[in-house]
Amino acid sequence: MEEILKHNELSIEKSRPGRRGVRFETTQKHAADYLPAAYLRRQKPNLPELSEFDTVRHFTRLSQLNYSLDAQFYPLGSCTMKYNPKAYDVLSVLPGFANAHPFAPQSAVQGTLKALYELQEGLKAITGLAAFTLQPAAGAHGELTGILTVRAYHDSRKDWDRTEVIVPDTAHGTNPATANMAGYTVVNIKSGADGCVDLQTLQAALSHKTAAVMLTVPNTVGLFEKNIRQIAEMVHKAGALLYMDGANFNALIGLAKPADFGVDVMHLNLHKTFAAPHGGGGPGSGPVGAAAHVAKFLPKPFVVCENGVYRLEADRAESIGKMKAFYGNAAVCLRGLCYLKQFDGKTLKTIAEKAILNANYVRAKLKGKFNAFFDTNCMHECVLSIDPHVMNGVHTSDVAKRLLDYGFYAPTIYFPLIVPEALMIEPTETESKEMLDAFVAALEKIYEEIQTEPDVVKAAPHTQCVERIDEVSAARQPNLRW
Amino acid sequence: MFIPHTIQDEQEMLHAIGVNSLEDLLQQIPADLRTCAFHLPQALTEQALSAHLRELASQNKSLKNFIGAGCYEHFIPAAVPALSSRGEFLTAYTPYQAEASQGTLQTIYEFQSCICALFDMDVATASHYDGATALAEAVLAAHRVTGLREIIISPLLHPHYQEVLKTYTQHSGVTLTYAKATAQGTLDVEALKMQVSDQTACVVLPNPNFLGYIEQAEAVSQIAHSCGALLVAVVNPISLGVLQTPGAYQADFAVAEGQVLGNPMNFGGPGLGILTAKKAYMRQLPGRMVGIAKDKQGRRAFVLTLQAREQHIRREKAASNICSNEAICALNAVIYLTLLGPQGLQEVAELNVERAHKLAEQIGQVSGFHVQQDSPFFNEFVVTCPRPAAEVIEKMAAKGFAAGYDLGENRLLVCATEMCTEADIKAYAQALGEI
Ligand SMILES: Cc1ncc(COP(=O)(O)O)c(C=O)c1O
Repeated sequence: MEEILKHNELSIEKSRPGRRGVRFETTQKHAADYLPAAYLRRQKPNLPELSEFDTVRHFTRLSQLNYSLDAQFYPLGSCTMKYNPKAYDVLSVLPGFANAHPFAPQSAVQGTLKALYELQEGLKAITGLAAFTLQPAAGAHGELTGILTVRAYHDSRKDWDRTEVIVPDTAHGTNPATANMAGYTVVNIKSGADGCVDLQTLQAALSHKTAAVMLTVPNTVGLFEKNIRQIAEMVHKAGALLYMDGANFNALIGLAKPADFGVDVMHLNLHKTFAAPHGGGGPGSGPVGAAAHVAKFLPKPFVVCENGVYRLEADRAESIGKMKAFYGNAAVCLRGLCYLKQFDGKTLKTIAEKAILNANYVRAKLKGKFNAFFDTNCMHECVLSIDPHVMNGVHTSDVAKRLLDYGFYAPTIYFPLIVPEALMIEPTETESKEMLDAFVAALEKIYEEIQTEPDVVKAAPHTQCVERIDEVSAARQPNLRW
Repeated sequence: MFIPHTIQDEQEMLHAIGVNSLEDLLQQIPADLRTCAFHLPQALTEQALSAHLRELASQNKSLKNFIGAGCYEHFIPAAVPALSSRGEFLTAYTPYQAEASQGTLQTIYEFQSCICALFDMDVATASHYDGATALAEAVLAAHRVTGLREIIISPLLHPHYQEVLKTYTQHSGVTLTYAKATAQGTLDVEALKMQVSDQTACVVLPNPNFLGYIEQAEAVSQIAHSCGALLVAVVNPISLGVLQTPGAYQADFAVAEGQVLGNPMNFGGPGLGILTAKKAYMRQLPGRMVGIAKDKQGRRAFVLTLQAREQHIRREKAASNICSNEAICALNAVIYLTLLGPQGLQEVAELNVERAHKLAEQIGQVSGFHVQQDSPFFNEFVVTCPRPAAEVIEKMAAKGFAAGYDLGENRLLVCATEMCTEADIKAYAQALGEI
């Protein structure tokens, strides 16, 4: 059918001179009456002119071009796309919270401070770590906070020789990028044949130059680092610290405490494990926890409580300083607090248990058609590998695109890098058996198609508002704005 | 609540996996690491949770706000949160599968376009964490571009931005040097001339500056460029409804806190880091960018582009480690800008100018209070009080006002946006007179 209503018309293309979406009170005088002409803008900006209704329809239509967790299964590995409870949408932006100014007198923001304090304490309880800062705005921001904290620790001991950070080849790209930003040389180590850290390789890489080892637990192939305690011992013996990327904490919550593993510093992603929505890319929140011997280096300020009064404590001489203006993504922290409050010491572990159950169920059901790269029980996610040679030339990206046609968002693909043609599936605990069965059925159907009509798979998607996009075309002569 | 498994589901699933119990699946974690106890308060139902959060929210006092200092209270049209809170936007991930994420991608493209138009800059990223971290990234980019180490910073940069800049750059090899300020609350342009050299990577110019005053940006820009240094401007996006743009005064990078564009204050977070640059520096920018591509049919489509700068491709060689950003805040901003349009933006900026000047006039009439207005200001300015600012703030809080930001000693930084009506302004001045 001919497209009469263009699905992707830009707001600026819908713009009509003189249309308005909002009116403000009129001023008595103009800016030019208050300010010197040299300081004023000469030309109005080229912004769209739309009515309120135009705007509502424009963005509502755009929203409908998205796959989202609310509407689709979203098995994006490493991203923990679990249900985002609707109550938190309301409770995290109650006017009392939303209208709080970060520099309001502290007596006027006791509610917010108390909430942040409760979250800090809760995160301490579930990780076993001595202190938590809520300042980082995302996981990667938490990593940088954590590694700068590590650096401050070594510097305080005048241990200046430590210039390296060891990162396994399974690590997320943010880990090596973080170490580099903190001024460290990255030492990449190869994982063992079982997908875990190889102790000999690690031992060979550790030295008096090692500042930290960054480890994701469970790792990005979905496996628990079974030698974690030994690794921690080796790291500590070398005088280095163990940093844990807690992006995958959904597999551990309520089951085990990173402090017991020997972790010195770690970050959590509230926008993963703690049910805050991803928002198409953010905002998130990446609290960083530290064991007692490193806690004093965490960024300032902290929320402290004295005699029932909460306040921001900035008097911390050895702190690395501030990582962000103000005090963290408070509105996201409130969502994290809401989530934490809905579980207790007994029920917390059901999150991890069911996440693990779901991932293993998908792995087991797909076996024989799509196999896991490491053929063992997994934690919260399973990583499959597709071999184009036995799949009629079909690649992982083709399977991913074809899943869109069946109404599923695609798993994470081509990550981790050690798995060829990786397809990383993280169902999370909030998906039902029926949904997992439907997803498995779709993949089985795609498997059949690969045998009988692989070109259909290679040309997917066929049902979206656009067909497959040539991503390279965008980088050639970038068009990044109207 | 959020876990749908029935006992029967669980049994069937365990059977399909080929294990007898959940316990079997957990064996991967050494048993001695699984014996710990979790001491948490009793779990709350949604109803109890709602009561708890409402109780906490009620412990925040609602004061009539006259504080700015980097976080501003502005009017947010209802359509902004109504649209951005749609689950289709809120519960999507970063748009990795472009074909199923055209909505988010197009909104980011429109955000980048609106920001470039507002700032008169060539390129904008999809967003950064906040204004302070966006500034840190711009400074690091200026260092990479020029290969020079000296960063000259206006002392009238937001104190938190100064601290963040210090934390971010401490191991990057750059040195932070402060310029001088005049008694009029602006950058000392003459002193700057003596300070810049061929060793200077960039000059960081907040405009309006932290005290609210508007800088001679063109002059500063010329001084920086005359010795080959770059200009990094830190601006207030709302002010650009009336003020000269960073593009007009040839800023090489311009950054901002975009919270003011349709986002609530939320105790300062999430913010919205806006990061823009001249085209020449496009490939030095950290973070995501959306561009136009074509689908197989040759139709226009939107994708994440220039990803060769980013951590998931470049790892330790990436421009930055940033991954998640502040997409929903950017969405709020683009909806806000679309609703206001060029006319609305000018109106709200003019209202800010007018209300702030009325406030200055009223405060100036209160005996003992002196308004510093030797330099032009946008919506914020300095007041010298007859007693310590901390005391004024405390007494004003008792009267229902958040009086301003304590600059130390008797100096108070005061702000009026369009949210302060003329009646509020009169009441504020009257209260000042009574304390
Ligand atoms: C293992 C891992 N580490 C770190 C990150 C970075 O987190 P963020 O995107 O919140 O910065 C991610 C996110 O994708 C991740 O999966």
